[in-house]
Amino acid sequence: MRKLSLPSWIPTLIVGLIVFFGVLYARDNGHISAYRYQIFQIAVIASISALGLNLIYGFNGQFSLGHIGFYAIGAYSSALITKDYQMAWSGSRAGALAWMMAGQFGIIAGLALIRMLRLDRLRRKITQSTSSYLKEHETRMVCLLPVLFIVAAVIGLGVVATLGAHALLDPGLNALVEGLSDNVARNVIFVLAILNGGTMAALVAYLVGLPLLRLGSDYFGIATLGFAIMVFTGLQNSDMVIDTMRGARGMVAIPTWTTWGWVMATFALLVFLMRNLLRSSHGRAMISVREDEIAAQSMGVDVNQLKTMAFTVGGLFAGVGGALYAHLYGFLHPSTFNIIRGFDPLIIIVLGGLGSMTGTILAGVGVVVLIEELRVILPQGFEDWRFVIYPIILLLVMLLRSEGLMGTREWGWFRTPVPPERDIPLSTRQPATPATAASSEDV
Amino acid sequence: MPLLQVEDLHVAYGAIRAIQGISFHIEAGEIVTLIGANGAGKSTTLRTVSGLLRPMQGDVLYQGRSITRTSPERIVKMGISQVPEGRLIFSSLTVLENLEMGAYTRKDKNEIRDTMKQVFTSFPRLEERRTQLGGTLSGGEQQMLAMGRGLMSRPRLLLLDEPSMGLAPILVDEIFEIIKTINAQGTSILLVEQNAAMALSVADRAYVLETGRTVLEGDAKELLHNPEVREAYLG
Ligand SMILES: Nc1ncnc2c1ncn2[C@@H]1O[C@H](COP(=O)(O)OP(=O)(O)OP(=O)(O)O)[C@@H](O)[C@H]1O
Ligand SMILES: [Mg+2]
Repeated sequence: MRKLSLPSWIPTLIVGLIVFFGVLYARDNGHISAYRYQIFQIAVIASISALGLNLIYGFNGQFSLGHIGFYAIGAYSSALITKDYQMAWSGSRAGALAWMMAGQFGIIAGLALIRMLRLDRLRRKITQSTSSYLKEHETRMVCLLPVLFIVAAVIGLGVVATLGAHALLDPGLNALVEGLSDNVARNVIFVLAILNGGTMAALVAYLVGLPLLRLGSDYFGIATLGFAIMVFTGLQNSDMVIDTMRGARGMVAIPTWTTWGWVMATFALLVFLMRNLLRSSHGRAMISVREDEIAAQSMGVDVNQLKTMAFTVGGLFAGVGGALYAHLYGFLHPSTFNIIRGFDPLIIIVLGGLGSMTGTILAGVGVVVLIEELRVILPQGFEDWRFVIYPIILLLVMLLRSEGLMGTREWGWFRTPVPPERDIPLSTRQPATPATAASSEDV
Repeated sequence: MPLLQVEDLHVAYGAIRAIQGISFHIEAGEIVTLIGANGAGKSTTLRTVSGLLRPMQGDVLYQGRSITRTSPERIVKMGISQVPEGRLIFSSLTVLENLEMGAYTRKDKNEIRDTMKQVFTSFPRLEERRTQLGGTLSGGEQQMLAMGRGLMSRPRLLLLDEPSMGLAPILVDEIFEIIKTINAQGTSILLVEQNAAMALSVADRAYVLETGRTVLEGDAKELLHNPEVREAYLG
């Protein structure tokens, strides 16, 4: 029954390579302007970020309006690292990088400590041992004391871990930067910056998601919107903490290192990871959480853990996307990350189809290119009409295909492989019992 | 030692006290049924056994160990599997994928495949439709899928919540035949049913619940002929 003996990754890889080399070739031979070349990069970056949101909302079913916040975190934190490399705003060229890595280590150490302490057990013990002579609210007061102590201990340990990690990392990283040839060091720093942009966003997503994901879907949407607003406000006043971020004036002098090659390499890696995550049992479980939480729980799925995992990985994608964006124009302004722009990834995933990676990639590239092409096509003075035409096109697509371009369907390598005939367990078929035969008609 | 022992269970949804004093037990190999009117607390009892709800008072002992503080994941691993009321099929997953979800807590691919073979032997209809989306199955097929999915964790105790709900009589017969077969192969079953006549005819023992309490218990066949039970539940 197999129509194609070709493994599905081959056509997918071929399409990817054609697009990759096609754009390179077109730019090198002057078929596309430098401007269009940038647009293509933005389009793929938008897809990366939107893929993250699709994991959260499309596959896992958690409606989030805060995605742009993680995009911003990735953009600014990576920019701090690379800008430091160029102009040592922190005092040493790898100082920001060392602090950022150490800070993340400190947070992770604190989280691990909380895990190890088993707070829920501790509280239960206290409740049990005091319940005979204390009222419930009194027990809660009693619990407050150890909790305060623990919070202090965790923060303390986090700070110590951060300082310790920094003391170790800072000289090493600075030596690395100085020791390597400029070209190599530059690439190392850029990779580390993108990575840190991603992990920083992921870590924040984890911390934000842990409490918020328990709220239930609608409240979660609103709460994440609140998060995005907080990030936006924070960025507008960022110069009060870190001068070089320059708050509402916009951060300048970020090295413009992002190229089509970097974008596509990152994109390929992330798409590979997400596709395999989705096809793993964790991915299946994420989808089952979207379908029915109670049923998923009955199957032994830890619903909260999977929601947190999807939200964290989704945040990572946004962060990496933001990092690439930051180094495309070399300029970051808070207005790029306001909540209106926060709807962009949402539009992309709904348009492409919630729960389809293929759809998100197509829609991500499509929407960005469409808006920019409209700017070119429309006569001078009418550019703003593209925000009339674009919504009309959106409306039409949604009217004609309410489940988005792809629905939950996938193409090529993204599709769940249908197991070949020999892998499908076949029962030794017995002659149908009368009951089975009779009822098979009226089912 | 009974396989499952529930002692004086009290469960509340916030301020609503759904069950207040339910006790019963299941010996290994038995089919035990809980019957009772709507709202008697049958589903609540099952959800508490499978760890989705926590009791305010009372205890659930599985193989002699209390599981009222055990996570649902652990409980599935320990061998209790629930087929929830209303089936709750994953509608955008295929039949095959739904069954794989049932084996979520298991790791060994080959063993999972063996279990799937057994499930397909019990439910040949599922095998024919293995690549069909769960949401597009008929009600009867969905019930079979829900039961098959529940069996995929290879439970020692299967909790069935109203498997006959909304099914045509002929299909009800088929489902109950399968329940007997599953039991004969060694899985103990806790069966919750509105269809008391059917449940009592397959069960070994039965408990009657009323407004969150156990009011009557006994041999299923005897209860089938008990005048009170006949009056209240068998019409
Ligand atoms: N999620 C919930 N929140 C609040 N009350 C609930 C909830 N679920 C059930 N109840 C209440 O708990 C009581 C017992 O409900 P339960 O679902 O256990 O009954 P049941 O015996 O399974 O009924 P049925 O035969 O109709 O399924 C009912 O009064 C019901 O209204
Ligand atoms: Mg019920």
